[in-house]
Amino acid sequence: MIKLNKPFLPIFSAIALSIAGTNMASADTSACLITKTDTNPFFVKMKEGATAKAGEMGISLKSYAGKIDGDHESQVAAIETCIADGAKGILIAASDTKAIVPAVQQARDAGLLVIALDTPLEPIDSADATFATDNFKAGELIGAWAAAAMGDAAADAKIAMLDLAVSQPSVGVLRDQGFLQGFGIDLGDPNKWGDETDPRIVGNDVTAGNEEGGRKAMENLLTKDPMINVVYTINEPAAAGAYEALKAVGREGDVLIVSVDGGCPGVADVKDGVIGATSQQYPLLMASLGIEAIAAWAKDGSKPENTPGLDFFNTGVNLVTDKPVEGVESIDTTEGTEKCWG
Amino acid sequence: MAEEYETSLQDSAAEIASFEDDKPGVLSWIQATLHHNPSLVPLLVLLASVAGFGLYLGPKFFSPFALTLILQQVAIVGIVGAAQTLVILTAGIDLSVGAIMVLSSVVMGQFTFRYGLPVELAVLCGFAVGAFCGWINGVLVAIVRLPPFIVTLGMWQIVLASNFLYSANETIRSQDIQEKAALLQFLGGKVKYEGAVFTYGVFALVILVLVLSYVLNHTAWGRHVYAVGDDIEAAELSGVRTKRVLISVYVVAGLICSLAGWALIGRIGSVSPTAGQFANIESITAVVIGGISLFGGRGSILGMLFGALIVGVFSLGLRLIGTDPQWTYLLIGLLIILAVAVDQWIRKVST
Repeated sequence: MIKLNKPFLPIFSAIALSIAGTNMASADTSACLITKTDTNPFFVKMKEGATAKAGEMGISLKSYAGKIDGDHESQVAAIETCIADGAKGILIAASDTKAIVPAVQQARDAGLLVIALDTPLEPIDSADATFATDNFKAGELIGAWAAAAMGDAAADAKIAMLDLAVSQPSVGVLRDQGFLQGFGIDLGDPNKWGDETDPRIVGNDVTAGNEEGGRKAMENLLTKDPMINVVYTINEPAAAGAYEALKAVGREGDVLIVSVDGGCPGVADVKDGVIGATSQQYPLLMASLGIEAIAAWAKDGSKPENTPGLDFFNTGVNLVTDKPVEGVESIDTTEGTEKCWG
Repeated sequence: MAEEYETSLQDSAAEIASFEDDKPGVLSWIQATLHHNPSLVPLLVLLASVAGFGLYLGPKFFSPFALTLILQQVAIVGIVGAAQTLVILTAGIDLSVGAIMVLSSVVMGQFTFRYGLPVELAVLCGFAVGAFCGWINGVLVAIVRLPPFIVTLGMWQIVLASNFLYSANETIRSQDIQEKAALLQFLGGKVKYEGAVFTYGVFALVILVLVLSYVLNHTAWGRHVYAVGDDIEAAELSGVRTKRVLISVYVVAGLICSLAGWALIGRIGSVSPTAGQFANIESITAVVIGGISLFGGRGSILGMLFGALIVGVFSLGLRLIGTDPQWTYLLIGLLIILAVAVDQWIRKVST
C-alpha cells in the first residue's frame, strides 16, 4: 500500500494541506465505507485503503456493502445505520446513483460529510465531494492509443464496443464515449452510448463486466461482422472473455483490445499481449483520501475541494502499455504492476 | 392396510392408461399427445424460432457458425439445467446449483495453483466438493425434512460466501492455466467442421442429457426419481426407498454442477469466482420452458435442453437484429409464463 501511495505524494499533500495534524483526531470519530459489493477486488482494495488509513488516524471505520452490484436497498440501510450510529462521514460507491440521493441528503442533513467514491452521484453535487477516476479521460487515453497504434488503418477500423450494462451507468458511458472521442469518432449524445453513426462501429453489446459476458458479447458481435479488428472493453475481465472468443475463431493475433481498470490480472494481460493497453485507476487512493477528508471535516468542518476544471476530485489515471505511442503518455507494465490492485 | 393401498394404486394406474380413449376430439388428442411427450412443445417452439430468425436474418443466423455458437453459449446453462431437472423432477428446486458450479471451478483452479496439486487430482477434488454440497442439500431435504427451497436458498448463500472467502475473489488468468494446467480448459477444446464449431463442453452437454434421458426412463433409479416427485408417500408405500433416492438425486446434481464448473473454465478460459451468478435462475428458466413440471414427477430432460436452446436462439437472434437486450428478457419472461400455462392445461388430462 505504501508502495502505491508514493507516486501520489504531490496530490496527496495538495488535498491533505488543510488536514495536517489530523493524526490527533479523537478516537470517537467514526466513519462509514459503503461499497457496491465486498467481493469485487476493486472494492476490496478500496476497503483496504480506508481501513489502513483509518487505523493510522485513529478513526473507527465500519464497512458495509451490497450483496451484488445493483443492490440498492442494502446501501440505503447502511446509510441509515451510519446516521443512527453517529458517524462523522460516509464514503460511498453507489450502486444506483440517482435513487441513493434522498438517503444521502438525509445523511447530510444530519451533519455527516458524504463523499462519493469512484462513482459520481446524479446530480454530482448531491454529495459533498466526489473522489473518482476521470473515466472520460481513461477512455480517451485508450482511444488515442488505439488510433495511434493502428496508424492509417484506423480510418477503416472495425470496432466492437463491449459495454457494461443496458441501464448505461455513468461510468460505462464515460469510458465508452471517451474511447470514441480519443479514437477520433464523432459522438452523438455524449450522455449515452450506442447512438453514434460512424460506420466503423460494428456494434455495442453488454458484458456485465465479467469474463462470461465479455466472451458472449464478443461472439455476438463477431457473428455480426467477423472482421472486427479493434475491441473496446469496459474492464479487464470483459477483455479476457473477449480474447477467449477471438481465440476460438483464430483471430486473437490480429485484433487490438483496449480496456480500463488496471487490476493486477489486467496488467498481466497487457504484459502478455492479450490486452494492448489499459487505463489504470487507483481505488486505494480514493479511499484513503476520503478518510482524511472525513477527519478534516470532524476537526474543523472543512470540505475537500475539486480538481480545477472538473466537478470532482480526480484521483488520477495512467495508460499502461508496453507499446508506447507518440503523443500519448503511458507507463510500462512493470510500473503498472507496482501500482495495480486486486 | 398395505394391501388396500396397493389395490387402489393399481386401480388408478389402470385408469390413467385407458382414459384418453374416452375423450374424442382434436384438442384432447393434442392434450393427450403432449401429456405423453412433454418435450414436444419446446421442440416445436425451438424449431419455429430457429426457422423464424433464419428467415428474417438469412445466412448471418442460418450459418453453421451461428447455430453452433448457440450451442456453445448454452452449454453451461444446459449442464446446470440437467442437475436442476433431476431435482425438479423430485418436486424440489435447487437454488444453489450456480454457486456449487462456481465453487467447484474455483477449487479445481486453486488446488492446482495454490497447493500445487496435480491438475487431474484437483479436478477430482472439484467434483468431490460438488458432490459434498449436494449431499448436504440431500440430507437436509430427505432426513431433516426441510423444504428444498429453503435448504438450497441457504446453501446458495453459504456456498457463494465460501467461494468468495476461499478465493479472496482472485481470478486465475487464462494464460497461466494454459501454461501450467491445460486440463482445466479441456472442455473448451473444439472441433471444427465446415464452419461449425463444437466445443467438448457441447459434447459433454449432449452426452450428459442423452445418458440421463436413458437413465431416467429405463432404470429403476430413474423411475424412482419420477415416483418420488409424483407422490412421495405413494412411492414410499410401494417400496421405494425415498430418502435414499432423494439424497442420491442431490448428490448427482452436485456432481453435474461440478462438471458445469469444469466446462465454465473451458468457456471463459480463466477461473473467476464472480462467474455464473445467475446460473440458478437461468437453469430454472430452461427447465420450465422445457415443459418440466415444477410440481414434480413429469417432464423430459430433453425438454430442458430444448428450453435452454430456445433461450439461446432468442438471445443471439435478437442481438443480431439489433434490438435492446431488454427485449430478450421480456420475451423469455413471456415464454416462462406461457410454458407453465401449457403445463397446467396438460395436467388437466389426468383429472
